[in-house]
Amino acid sequence: MIAAALTTDSFLERLPVLARDTVTGRLPESWRWMAGSLLEIIAILAGFGLLFAYLTLAERKILGRIQNRPGPNRTGWFGLLQPFADGVKALTKEDVVPAGADRVLHFLAPVVLVAVSLLGFAVLPFGRHLVAVELDTAVLYFFAAGTATELAVFMAGWASHNKYSLLAAMRALAQLISYELPLLLSVVPVVLVAGTLSTTKIVAAQGGWSLGFVPHWHVFTPWGAAGFVLFMVAALAESNRSPFDLPEAESELIAGHLTEYSGFKYALFFMAEYFGMCALSGMAVTLFLGGWGAPLAQLEWIPSYAWFTAKLLVLLLGFIWIRATLPRLRLDQLMKFAWKFLVPLTLLNLANAAGWSLTAGWTGPLQLVRWAVALALVAVPFVVLGRTLSAGSAPRTYRFA
Amino acid sequence: MTFTFLILAVIILGSALAAALRPNLIHCALLLVVSWLGVAGFYLWAGAEFVAFAQVLVYVGALSMVVLFAVLLTRQSRAELRVDAPETRRAVWAVIAGVAVSGVIGAAVFATKWDPAPVTAPEVTVRGLGLELMGAHAAALLLLGVLLTAALLGAVVLAAPDRPEKEEKS
Repeated sequence: MIAAALTTDSFLERLPVLARDTVTGRLPESWRWMAGSLLEIIAILAGFGLLFAYLTLAERKILGRIQNRPGPNRTGWFGLLQPFADGVKALTKEDVVPAGADRVLHFLAPVVLVAVSLLGFAVLPFGRHLVAVELDTAVLYFFAAGTATELAVFMAGWASHNKYSLLAAMRALAQLISYELPLLLSVVPVVLVAGTLSTTKIVAAQGGWSLGFVPHWHVFTPWGAAGFVLFMVAALAESNRSPFDLPEAESELIAGHLTEYSGFKYALFFMAEYFGMCALSGMAVTLFLGGWGAPLAQLEWIPSYAWFTAKLLVLLLGFIWIRATLPRLRLDQLMKFAWKFLVPLTLLNLANAAGWSLTAGWTGPLQLVRWAVALALVAVPFVVLGRTLSAGSAPRTYRFA
Repeated sequence: MTFTFLILAVIILGSALAAALRPNLIHCALLLVVSWLGVAGFYLWAGAEFVAFAQVLVYVGALSMVVLFAVLLTRQSRAELRVDAPETRRAVWAVIAGVAVSGVIGAAVFATKWDPAPVTAPEVTVRGLGLELMGAHAAALLLLGVLLTAALLGAVVLAAPDRPEKEEKS
């Protein structure tokens, strides 16, 4: 279907598509579509499954190094077999279901969560020719698929038949719902400027360089930079990562809605969290960081999927670094932050992006005006809002005994 | 194609029926979500991608939460989540209300003159949808916005405490 474009690419660029076609080529014509889709699903499951396994190891290792300890280092070389040891442990653990639990929902919750957290990967363009499903409304699909995680969290909390689980689930839901708004609103400017909901077209819109070395990535525009940061903050909260990990809060809430889960079901929740984190990071790469595009024209010989993976890994390492750095928020701080700070900023950013796309034709000195106005629209509200909200509580005075 | 439609119809109607018959309100709400998902599937089957995903986003993502929160906030304990077997009086009223609503909807459906659909599906872009919403249907959109804002403010007024809470010390 994309044979014409394929012939001009390097061998490495074509490799995944060629591999798929060699396998499906042996099958009769009517089976090829099905087999190709199955292969893509297997590739995504295997790739992100492995990424999940080694992300847990990388997280423990990096957290260890940041806290001045070695991290897991006894299983295999440098602890490289640790994820598999953990997997075997989770599989062989006793699966405890509370006597009063709603057995069906208790079982369904982790299954639904993992299933829907995998759905988002279908529309991420991993490379020039690597997107499992080409949809005109891909961005909408991605976030629609993500909303079902809230239902799974509710099911987990309610089916456990445990007051603390239910309360924690309600808190988790309040967080997920509150941060979904800034998450979606920070995406709207990209859709507005690119004029499409298709992920492949959004990536294509970010191709090319100005002055020969500045890529046209959205993150290099004032509204894009602000949108990227807002998106990543909301993504942190949506994937329950530190500093927004209070739904789980191992130390004070005994893992919230996960209290009554053990063994492999717990592992499934854990897996869904990482899948969600990977999917949102992949979306951030697609929307703001130019997707699979290379940062310089001279570096285009490196295959596009390698660039995507590199950007994805950088964002994921950022997640881990943030976890090692920031303390957990309180629930009221969490809500205040979402509704009084993030939502107004994302709305302003939307107006900023609208202005940016309206002034696209400005040239010469008008360009400077355009940049100055857009930068002011990002910086001034941020400073004013931040100062007003933190008035009275910052800067803190520390009194030592 | 017809086979897919039949499966979707069974899912939508079956889960809706089960939602009406289950004694546990939480199960009812979750089954209703399955029914809404089925409707989204129907939109996909009909080729309306945008509407399908918007349906999932709004109904499965947001409205389900409203229903579940409403159920949990109005019941004191798990025992109250059980709905008793219908009394005759309630059943009669339910049937009357159901017939009345379906009568109104049915009358509206049959009174509408349906233009024959174009042979080729029109190319629907997001831009086109936006222009249509902001142009021809701007009044309806504005009214809906005002209605939702009023509902939101009403919820805040109902939920907010009567007197300001104590100043937080940090």
